[in-house]
Amino acid sequence: MSAIQISVFLENKSGRLAEVTQALAKANVNIRALSLAETIDYGVLRLIVNRPQEASEALTSAGFIVTETDVVAAEMPDRPGALAALVEVLTRQRLNIEYCYAFVAKRGDNAVVIFRVDDAQAALSALEGGGAHVLSGAELSGL
Amino acid sequence: MAPRELRALQSQRLQDVVRLVYDRVPHYRKKLDAAGVGPDDIQDIEDISKLPFTTKEDLRETYPFGMFGVPMEEVVRIHASSGTTGKQTVVGYTRKDIHTWAEVIARTLAAGGTHAADFVQNSYGYGLFTGGLGLHYGAELIGASVIPTSGGQTRRQVQIMQDFGSTVLCCTPSYALVIGEEAREIRVEFAKLPLRVGFLGAEPWSQTMRLEIEAALSIDALDIYGLSEIIGPGVGFECLQKTGLHLNEDHFYPEVINPETGEPVADGELGEVVFTTLTKEALPLLRYRTRDLTRILPEPCPCGRTIRRMERVTGRSDDMLIIRGVNVFPSQIEEVLMRVEGTTPNYLLVVDRKPRGMDELEVQVELSSHMFSDEMVKLEGVSAQIGRELENVLGLRVGVRLVEPKTLERSMGKAKRVVDRRELGK
Repeated sequence: MSAIQISVFLENKSGRLAEVTQALAKANVNIRALSLAETIDYGVLRLIVNRPQEASEALTSAGFIVTETDVVAAEMPDRPGALAALVEVLTRQRLNIEYCYAFVAKRGDNAVVIFRVDDAQAALSALEGGGAHVLSGAELSGL
Repeated sequence: MAPRELRALQSQRLQDVVRLVYDRVPHYRKKLDAAGVGPDDIQDIEDISKLPFTTKEDLRETYPFGMFGVPMEEVVRIHASSGTTGKQTVVGYTRKDIHTWAEVIARTLAAGGTHAADFVQNSYGYGLFTGGLGLHYGAELIGASVIPTSGGQTRRQVQIMQDFGSTVLCCTPSYALVIGEEAREIRVEFAKLPLRVGFLGAEPWSQTMRLEIEAALSIDALDIYGLSEIIGPGVGFECLQKTGLHLNEDHFYPEVINPETGEPVADGELGEVVFTTLTKEALPLLRYRTRDLTRILPEPCPCGRTIRRMERVTGRSDDMLIIRGVNVFPSQIEEVLMRVEGTTPNYLLVVDRKPRGMDELEVQVELSSHMFSDEMVKLEGVSAQIGRELENVLGLRVGVRLVEPKTLERSMGKAKRVVDRRELGK
């Protein structure tokens, strides 16, 4: 099962990131992971949160442009070579990774990597077929 | 020519042109009939106020050749202004028109001291734009050696200037600054070059900019004025007094009107300048609304010329922008955004003149949910596509910047669409 990522468009001006985090705090949303990609003029903030629906609503009503995307969250042992093994699985299936980011989970000794691929369903099967544990939305929320 | 003689000439020529358009241009016959005025009602130049105005809309309605006053076999040249198909303005010239054009440009160049021994480096663009070929023929008529460099390749421009010993430069004021900057970078000192005078136009500029150009290039920088509908460059020109633009009013009769009411304003008062072509054959126009704001300067010029002067153009009575000699209407930008996005997003045009540089246009587009993607590649694709389409339509490279919704200022009702930071009034 794939997970939901919240993406937010941010113009490069001071205070915008703070406004995002404040809106999420007010909506009682907990951020699990985030990644920020930027150009000269703007950035795209990608968030994994415990309650995607509420996060999306809170940000939209705060005037942000928000989109929800299916991503794949795979668990991996927190040790050298673990990510390489996962990427290898996707590469073998000719699945193109648009981007990815990772965080270390509080639970156990594992890390979690978020993959954004064109075909989330195919990536999910590939990773599970390769023996990786793919986290469900509920599992992600519970981290 | 004494003012009384000039007036008699203008009166005669006005009668001729009204007769010509009434007989040869059905669109004008309809307009004149609707206004209840015919060729016989025009006896004196004063009668000009009886005639209806002509606007860009008239040219659009009759696109491309419907306003021409001669059969196409007498047309020897066609120019067009930039813009979308719907917006571009097509103008034609007979052999006699080309000669008139060369004549008024020769006067323009002579007013800055140009003579047969000069080397005229013509860096206006050659092509559909009237600047390049317009200046070219006038400079040849004087007998100067014309170097048709056209625009661009700035380093080569400086090289030619040095090697050939150019004495006269024709280009837009912002390109003059670019040439100055390039020369500075490669350590060419203008003070040591024979370059003496520049004939600069095709875009609005200011007194501050004149001083900057004169200092950077060690020249006299003279303003020239024109629009392709009337003839191209050569409608008005500054002499070395640099106190307003002399109007070639034996060919192009000027009036200044209140743009709201259409009523003439007194000499010295600000209004929209309107021209009637008195001698044009291929595209004769009556009381053409230029949308350029200026005033007539009634005092005689110390240079001795008796034709009247107008002040340098200080603004527009519509929302047209002139950027690097290219006419840009916000509506053209809207059309492109509509085509690319399927809806018109809120947008803002920011025009800026870099220090010692060219005018830059940036289009800020408010992002909407359906344009947004979590993938940077797609977002960059959106702005790149808008940029490409705009360049196609405008013939001008513009910057595109995606901004958050509601970032752009909205005034009461209508959104503010243009921010011009060029400080043209100074």
